Amino acid sequence: MSGETVVRMPGTGPADDPGPTALEATGLSKSYRRNEALRDCSLSVPAGRVVALVGPNGAGKSTFLKLVVGLLEPTEGSVKVLGEPLRPEPESMARVAFLAQDKPLYPGFTVAETLRFGRIANPRWDQDLATGRLEELGIPLNRKVGRLSGGQRTQVALTLAIAKRADLLVLDEPLADLDPLARHDVLRGLMVGVADTGVTVLFSSHVVSDLEGVCDWLVVLNGGRVQLNGDVDRLLAGHRRLTGPAEGAGPLAERFPVIARSGTERQDTLLVQATEPLLPPEWTAHPVGLEELVLAYLRRPDAAVAVPPILSSAR
Amino acid sequence: MVIEFHLDRGSGVATYLQLVHQVKQALRLGMLRPGDQLPTAREVVDKLAINPNTVLKAYRELEREGLVVGRPGLGTFIKRTLGGAAPAEYTRLRGEFTRWVRACGEAGLDHEDVKALVGSVLDEASRRETA
Repeated sequence: MSGETVVRMPGTGPADDPGPTALEATGLSKSYRRNEALRDCSLSVPAGRVVALVGPNGAGKSTFLKLVVGLLEPTEGSVKVLGEPLRPEPESMARVAFLAQDKPLYPGFTVAETLRFGRIANPRWDQDLATGRLEELGIPLNRKVGRLSGGQRTQVALTLAIAKRADLLVLDEPLADLDPLARHDVLRGLMVGVADTGVTVLFSSHVVSDLEGVCDWLVVLNGGRVQLNGDVDRLLAGHRRLTGPAEGAGPLAERFPVIARSGTERQDTLLVQATEPLLPPEWTAHPVGLEELVLAYLRRPDAAVAVPPILSSAR
Repeated sequence: MVIEFHLDRGSGVATYLQLVHQVKQALRLGMLRPGDQLPTAREVVDKLAINPNTVLKAYRELEREGLVVGRPGLGTFIKRTLGGAAPAEYTRLRGEFTRWVRACGEAGLDHEDVKALVGSVLDEASRRETA
């Protein structure tokens, strides 16, 4: 089976047209009594992306996801999914699928009964996709959900969400409380689902090391605000770790926005916003990994959000 | 399947570039030849748990460089091979390099020292080219 023609990847064509917008949040705020969980969040994500929503506990990730899928009403601002706000009608709600953190399933149902429930509740339901996935995963349809392992339960819940054939698939911490092997299997299942359907995925995680190669769009929430929002390859290409003798660090720190700085009295290390910096000979520039980048920003909640756009000719 | 991709998470090298490099490496070593089919995005995804968009981005990059050709509905195929030199030249350079590496060992350098030395010479060469 060839997945080549199924997957769309807007935003990387020759003209660099970002294509349709899957998700657009404008001035989104949410307060619980006096507690402000989310403050003036605006972002837009192109369709067909796998978006990781990252941030420390209490950053507002769950609140943001529940606002996106219409489970919460914003105090201010609005959300659009593929250009339209969600309305509390079956046809409109069929455009988003949401997998809550506790993966609610009825333990007394068999897997087959769970699928039947999905078929009745969802107008766009894809039964062949659902049964095909579970067969590939080796999960028996006659098994009671309560008797499945944690990883298998997550796979069944994920299959339910994917077979809904929504435009936007939203997952709240789908990898939490899974062991490393199950995490890898669930991520594989999610990625194959993307290859099969081309659905836009938005999922939250506080484990950044799992995300390398998985998400192609990154949103960092920190203290209820959007700190980073953009294409992962571009974000990584727009940052460099510079190492060199301590006495040369000052002038470089004036040339580039510095996100993190550490070092000894002899050597300095700067994480900077720069693409291909021209450096003094005793300095070297290294590429930055996703985890390193995210951690550096999380430690600096005040760091500039604006990352200079990189031209499409840049590799 | 003629090539199996691997992933070095946290290496700082973009995932799609890792796939591009692995195809080029396989071409240079003769492990991939014209006409060979690369695995489909779904196959790569099912093994590595990476984003299918990333696989397609790697294949587009290889296509842009004229190394592969995508046939809609069929898959992605190797178009031409890599490696600038003729096989005899390649063997000669490899021999010289092997002797040089041995000399490094005799001078007390370990593998990491040699890698650092090669890396810095390559960096210097590319810096001179762009200067």
